[in-house]
Amino acid sequence: MTEQGIGAAVARREDRRFVTGQGHYTDDINRRGQTHACFVRSPHAHATLNGVDTAAAGAMPGVRAIFVGEDMAEVGPLICGWAITDVHGEPFRAPPHPALAIGKVNYAGEAVAVVIADTLEQAKDAAAAVEVDYGLLDAVVDPAQATADGQPQIHEAAPGNLSFEWALGDKAAVDAVFDGAAHVTSLEFANNRLVPNAMEPRACVAEYDAGSGEHTLHIASQNPHVHRLVMSAFHGLAPEHKLRVVAPDVGGGFGSKIFIYAEEVVLTWAASRVRRPIKWTAERSESFLTDAHGRDHATTAELALDSDGKFLAMRVDTTANMGAYLSTFASAVPTYLYATLLAGQYTTGGIYCNVKAVFTNTVPVDAYRGAGRPEAAYVVERLVEAAAAETGRDPAELRKTNFVPADAFPYETPVIMQYDCGDFAGSMDQALDLAGYSGFQARKAESKAGGKLRGIGFSSYIEACGVAPSAAAGSLGAGVGLWESANIRFNPTGNVQLFTGCHSHGQGHETAYAQIVADKLGVPYEQVEVIHGDSSKIPFGMGTYGSRSAAVGGSAIVKAADKVIEKGRKIAAHTLEASEDDIEFAGGNFTVKGTDKAMNIAEVAFTAYVPHNYPEGLEPGLDETAFYDPLNFSFPAGTHVCEVEVDPETGSVSIERYAAVDDFGVLINPLIVEGQVHGGIGQGVGQAMLEHAVYDGAGQLVSGSYMDYTMPRADDVPSYDVGFNGVPSPLNPLGVKGCGEAGAIAAPAAVMNAVHDALRDVGVGHIEMPATPLRVWQAIRDAA
Amino acid sequence: MYNFEYKKAGSVDEAAGIVGADDEAKLLAGGMTYIPTLKQRLAAPTTVVDLNGVGGLDGISADGNGVTVGAMARHAAVAASAEVAAAIPALADLASHIGDPQVRNRGTIGGSIANNDPAADYPAALVGLGATVQTNKRAVAADDFFTGLFETALGQDEIVTSVSFPRAGKAAYMKFPNPASRYAIVGVFVAQAADGVRVAVTGAGPCVFRVAEMEAALAASWSADAVAGIGISADGLNEDIHASAEYRAHLVTVMAKRAVAKAG
Repeated sequence: MTEQGIGAAVARREDRRFVTGQGHYTDDINRRGQTHACFVRSPHAHATLNGVDTAAAGAMPGVRAIFVGEDMAEVGPLICGWAITDVHGEPFRAPPHPALAIGKVNYAGEAVAVVIADTLEQAKDAAAAVEVDYGLLDAVVDPAQATADGQPQIHEAAPGNLSFEWALGDKAAVDAVFDGAAHVTSLEFANNRLVPNAMEPRACVAEYDAGSGEHTLHIASQNPHVHRLVMSAFHGLAPEHKLRVVAPDVGGGFGSKIFIYAEEVVLTWAASRVRRPIKWTAERSESFLTDAHGRDHATTAELALDSDGKFLAMRVDTTANMGAYLSTFASAVPTYLYATLLAGQYTTGGIYCNVKAVFTNTVPVDAYRGAGRPEAAYVVERLVEAAAAETGRDPAELRKTNFVPADAFPYETPVIMQYDCGDFAGSMDQALDLAGYSGFQARKAESKAGGKLRGIGFSSYIEACGVAPSAAAGSLGAGVGLWESANIRFNPTGNVQLFTGCHSHGQGHETAYAQIVADKLGVPYEQVEVIHGDSSKIPFGMGTYGSRSAAVGGSAIVKAADKVIEKGRKIAAHTLEASEDDIEFAGGNFTVKGTDKAMNIAEVAFTAYVPHNYPEGLEPGLDETAFYDPLNFSFPAGTHVCEVEVDPETGSVSIERYAAVDDFGVLINPLIVEGQVHGGIGQGVGQAMLEHAVYDGAGQLVSGSYMDYTMPRADDVPSYDVGFNGVPSPLNPLGVKGCGEAGAIAAPAAVMNAVHDALRDVGVGHIEMPATPLRVWQAIRDAA
Repeated sequence: MYNFEYKKAGSVDEAAGIVGADDEAKLLAGGMTYIPTLKQRLAAPTTVVDLNGVGGLDGISADGNGVTVGAMARHAAVAASAEVAAAIPALADLASHIGDPQVRNRGTIGGSIANNDPAADYPAALVGLGATVQTNKRAVAADDFFTGLFETALGQDEIVTSVSFPRAGKAAYMKFPNPASRYAIVGVFVAQAADGVRVAVTGAGPCVFRVAEMEAALAASWSADAVAGIGISADGLNEDIHASAEYRAHLVTVMAKRAVAKAG
């Protein structure tokens, strides 16, 4: 390890510009002649569109154009990029999703028209003057009721409001195991719907250059090339070589900025019509109503155990609320990112999972930090904890009894995953120590003396990061490849520009990737610049989500660095008059084995660009690109332990202690990783205790602002105790695993298991997320 | 935000003249409620009359009778005032828990009570201490000032200039905050006020109210146990996704009990 290489806790270089207000976000972009877009949105969750009268609005000051759905008939509908084959072998029902509604609206907030005007105020005034004739329809809001007879039908193409029913596993075999099991634990619960709430709202600025025919879209995106590909290939807005997509500084995504939304499609299309740049920035209320939401499952789950506490089989039945349409990757979330993780860290023999994906008159649901894996971890870890309580076993011991042993890797689960490596029991032991488990009973007694209830909960989660390899993902329905690219460009003076296809919107890539380059090539860290986000600068890349940027993006960097070294070796051998085989590379120097003859990589770079004395036949330049397609997912895992105190009089829950031990393999930058763990746990605590997207029966989002949607605040969470138990992944050249989602995956079950443990003493058997004071108080009162 | 005329008033009389002549003109104090309302286009005033340029409205003073707080005194100033802390520490404590630091540095007592949000903290202090609201026209007892949901006794051209709080014996405020907004789901102010024991509840109903049964019990015996067994009816209390009427009724008792304990 060098001072600023892999493993060094380097402070994030990008933070100086962020905290001093020098970041450049999409909304900071202003162009000469720029106009502003305001979307007319449906106030109703379900209605026919009988007419949109834009005459009066169109005559208002500053209005350049007003477009409705029919105007955009030539533009293809928004797509779902992951095809699912249902239990009958039929393709899923993915009804058309026009960028601006045509004929009917299916959720409150859906865009009906767009007004483009010289100022934002003018656009808003005119949008308010657009007259829409709605024919009100009853709304379907409750996913559990969506497929029942007599419910309002949302899409003609999806009878019974069913997108698909999908299953994984051998039902008959699993049923047979359940029939003979010594004990069956059964739970029914919801995984609450969440609103992503990135600090920077979605935004875009679309431009069209009539001279060159080139479109430019600046957008708050996690994956600019995916935006470009979809908007070219499916919406036909411009050929890829005439569409530049730039995602500049982006203030958080959590999944919500992966997707291709109506607004960017409309703006890109409209900019070439009005021949003016157009800007749109979501107001916070619009973010609540239009950013793809997360989670929203209703699940029945069962675990069969033998008399020794061994997990024999698991049976899971889930209804997943897709919202009004299938968002870009929505179908993958409750299927391949969910059921495939139901083995958890355990040797459970058989697993069967059935999923019904249903439409409701609500905002579309898609991937949100963890995407399917938090839902899976919650199923597994709630079941395990309940089984421990029901059978009178220590929850930590029951887990240890069932962990995949450290010598069993690679391990094939019954749900089509192959875990590469891990040390589940080791992480558990470390977590018990960090959490002070042995002192829990004393702390519980102390709480009791003060009139409080104390509980402890575990979450031994596993997740799968960096969906891969591309061929496997494709065989399961993915519409894209899931490799990553990196381009290492040496300049003649020896400094380096790294161009990556991943995108940083809070992850700290500018620091961590520079560390990788510095470590692998021996270039000073300060001399490495990381460039991302601009499709006209970077190689085609798939972007950042699913904790893929280290394992996939980082591996691509290593591969590109290997190519640089390989070429540099040729140049050095020639200059130093030695055989290539005798050249060793270390610490940035090419050395002739056994001598002090050496050449620094900066000198090699200079030679490559000023090739006066140069190997015959070798191309000048030192500029190497690599595309890396992983062999498998990586499987971060660990144990989180949460301790809560409940005030039975008010129902308030406070998190007193939280310990996390994670296996992320090799850590590139422990400081950044710890920050990711903290942020992830914060979001998980938010799901468990605070956050809830609540709809009323008419399909109105009741928690549509921060007055009612509870975001975690600093005083809602404790100071975390974080530890690591890294087992390097043998499947990628860095030995890394993903760390971005682990906290959000692990925390909900840890918190809720602790809450259940605390409430068990007063007879409460079940409580849903979020465990708000109202719910806790009601549960205690109902149990009394 | 819709367009409006902006006028920075130089005196209370000037401000009163503008709002008196135009029903659609609005006063701006700290703006902690009104600015977000404007930004969301939920209000379309003709004129916004800014009181922040009026001198002499933000003073805080104490004498043998009690504390007088100028209408434009910020919550942070009340929280940090040595005079308030010495005379009525429960009032300083209440002010120190309103909103967040940004709100406390902008929000004013006059703006808060004129808005009379059902979940605001100050109404509980005014009613709990038996305060008097001074306007440009008259003095109004707190009991008569808060008349309903976002409703007060103020006339269109009437402007709060100060609030006088009489000294009290033991007093304390306890609130159970809404987890999202941190406004009071229930806030209870208990005091051995100048005119007897008072128990004022905010957040629970459409408007601040007193609980006579608790006042009588505390007058007889100032102890948490005296109110622990006194429940209030859930009828007419607020309901939302964070708290049912029943839960609010329950919390009134719990917060009253804890406030008495806190008061000592």
